[in-house]
Amino acid sequence: MARWPWQKKKPAVYGGNLTNRRAREILTAEGLRLPLTIASRGARAGAVLIDLFIVYFGLLLITLLFVWIVNGLHINKLDPKNPARVIFQALVVFWIIFAFLARNAWFLWFELGPRGATPGKRMTGIRIAARPGRDGAATRLSAEAVIARNLLRDVELFMPVIFIGSALRTSSDTTLAGWAALVWFAIFALFPFFNRDALRCGDIIAGTWVVEAPRRKLDAALSLGEAGQGISAVTGAHYRFGDTDLAIYGEYELQVLERVLRDNRPQVLAEVADTICRKIGWSAGAGDERAFLEAYYTQLRARLETGMRFGNRKADKFAERA
Amino acid sequence: MSTAVSRFGETLGGLFSRKQEAAIAAAEVASLRSDRFRQEREDDWRRLDHIVRRIEAGRIRGLSDADLEALPALYRMLVSSLSVARETTLDAATLRYLEGLAQRAWFVVHGPELGFRGWFRRFFAGGWSAAVRGIGSDIAIALAVMIAGAVIGWVLVSNNPDWFYTLMPPEPGDVRVPGASHAALYASLFGQTHQTDLSIFAAYLFSNNAGVSILCFALGFAFGVPPILLLVHNTTEVGALLWLYHGQGLTLDLIGWLSVHGTTELFAILLAGGAGIHIGRAMAFPGTRAVLDAASEAGRRAATVMTGVVLMLVVAALLEGFARQLINATAPRLAVGGIMLAWWLTYFFIYRGQVRTR
Repeated sequence: MARWPWQKKKPAVYGGNLTNRRAREILTAEGLRLPLTIASRGARAGAVLIDLFIVYFGLLLITLLFVWIVNGLHINKLDPKNPARVIFQALVVFWIIFAFLARNAWFLWFELGPRGATPGKRMTGIRIAARPGRDGAATRLSAEAVIARNLLRDVELFMPVIFIGSALRTSSDTTLAGWAALVWFAIFALFPFFNRDALRCGDIIAGTWVVEAPRRKLDAALSLGEAGQGISAVTGAHYRFGDTDLAIYGEYELQVLERVLRDNRPQVLAEVADTICRKIGWSAGAGDERAFLEAYYTQLRARLETGMRFGNRKADKFAERA
Repeated sequence: MSTAVSRFGETLGGLFSRKQEAAIAAAEVASLRSDRFRQEREDDWRRLDHIVRRIEAGRIRGLSDADLEALPALYRMLVSSLSVARETTLDAATLRYLEGLAQRAWFVVHGPELGFRGWFRRFFAGGWSAAVRGIGSDIAIALAVMIAGAVIGWVLVSNNPDWFYTLMPPEPGDVRVPGASHAALYASLFGQTHQTDLSIFAAYLFSNNAGVSILCFALGFAFGVPPILLLVHNTTEVGALLWLYHGQGLTLDLIGWLSVHGTTELFAILLAGGAGIHIGRAMAFPGTRAVLDAASEAGRRAATVMTGVVLMLVVAALLEGFARQLINATAPRLAVGGIMLAWWLTYFFIYRGQVRTR
C-alpha cells in the first residue's frame, strides 16, 4: 500500500494479521482477559440494511393488507355515523401505532434480548456490548444504554438520507443553508469512520460498542489417533523426529501448519511437506504427506508445549530459543 | 487428577458421566498432555455451550433446573480452563473455541441486570422521576428558552403582524389569521364536539409529536444548540397565537384550549429539550471526566427521561384527540390541564420512590 510522507512506516511484523487492529481486550470480574474484536464497519452497514429492509418490507406488507381489507369491505366511504366505521378507525389507528413501533421499537426489542443483536446483526455475526471502563474492566449492558443508542438513529440515518435526497433533487438551486445542513448531517452519518472503535453517535452517548459474536464449533484435535503417534495409516511408516529437526520452528509456524492440516488441500500439503523435508534434510517421498505432517505437527507441539511449561516460548522461526 | 475431574463431572450432571468415562479412556491414547487436558473437560464445555445456546435463543424455560444451577459452576470452570489452556496448549482450535465460548457465556452470565419487567417497575417507582430531577438545571434552561420563545413570538407579531405568516405558515381553510373576527376565532376553540375519527387524530398526533421530540433529543448531540432552536421554534408559534386571540379578548379561552393537552405535551417537549441540552452540555463541558464517559453517563440518564417523554406524549395525544374536543367550556378545560400539570410536578419533584439517585 502506498504511504504518504507524513505517515509513519509500520514495522513489518512477521505473521501479523490485519484483524489485530480491531482486537480489544476486556477484563472480567473473574480476572479473565477476554479478547473481543470490534465489528467491521462493513458488517455493521450490512446489518442495518438487512434490518431496515425487514422493517420497511413488513410495513409495506401490512399497509397493502390494510388497503386490501378497507377496499374489500368498502368501509372507507362510509357515513361517519355508521357504526362499521369503527373498524376503519381501528385499522388506521393500528397502522399509525404499528408504523411508529416498527421504526423505533424493532432495534430496541432485539437489542434488549439475551443476544444483544437485531436479526440483521445476528446474520452478520455481531452484537452490541457495553464499553469497558477506563481500566478495561468489563461492564454490564443496561436497558438505558440500549434505549439511548437507538434514540439517535433518526439523526444518523433518516435525516441524512432525507437531506441528501433533497439536495440531489434540487441540485441546481440548493441554498447555502441546505448545503450546511447536508454537511452537518453527513458528519453524523459518517461518524463511525472518524474514530478507532467505529463508534457511531448513539454508541457514544450510550457507552456501548459493537463487537463480533463468533459462534465456533470445537474442531477435533489433530494430535490424536494413529497419526498423532507418528504412525502412517497408508504406509505403516513410523515418523519420529529428532530434537534438531523440531527446533527450527516456533509457535507461528505450528499455527500455520494446523491451518494447512485443517484445510486439507492435497497440493498445499505436498508443498508444505516438501519445504519441511528440505529444511530438515529428509526425503519422505510422495503420497503420505498428511501422515508426515500430522506426525510433525504433534511432535513439534509436544516440544513447544513442554518448553511453555518451563517458561520457554519460541514465537516463530526467527526467535532465538525454544 | 482424572478421578477428581470425573467426580466433579458426575456431580454436575449424571447425564454425562458415561461419556466422561469414555473420554477418560480415550485420554489414555492421547499422547499430548494438553490433549488429555482437553478430553477431560470437553463434555463440560459442550454442556455449557448447549446451555448458553438455549438462553441466547430465549428458550430459558426449556432448560432443566439442573442445567440452570450448573451454569455458574460451568462458567467458572470454563474461565479456569481458558486460563490454563492459554499457558499450556498450542492447539489454536481449542483456544479459539474457548475464547468464543467464554465471551458468549460472559454475556449470558453478566447480561442485563434486570429483566424487562424489573426495569419497567424501577422506571415507574422512582427511576423516571429521579432522572428528571437529575437533569433539573437543563430543564430550567429549556424552560427559560421556551418562555423566551413565546415572548419573542408575541413581540414580533405585535410589532408587525406579517410575522404571523412566517411563524405559522397559513394552511388553506385556517381561520386563525390576523384580522380574524371574534366569532371565527371563538368557533375554532369551541363546538368541535361533532368531529369524527378522534382516535385517528390522536394516534396521528402521538406519532408526529413523538418523532419530533426524539429528534429534539437526538440533536442534543451537537452541543445542545439544535434543541434550543427547536424549542424556540415551537413556542414562538404559541406566542403568536396568544397575541392573535388576545386581540379579540379570548386569551383565557385559548389558554384553556391549549392547556388540556398542552400542560402534558409542552411539559414532554420541555423534558425532551432538557434531555438534549443535558447531553450537549455534558459533551461541551465534561469537567474532570473524560468526554466519552461524560457523554455516556448523560446519555443513559437522558434515555430514561426520553422513555418517559414518549409515554407522556401518548397521554397528551389522548387528551388532545378526545378530551379537548369533548369538553366544550373553558373552566373544565383549565381544570383538566391544571390537574395534569399538578400531577406531573408532584410525580417528578415530590415523589421520591424507592430509587434514590441514578
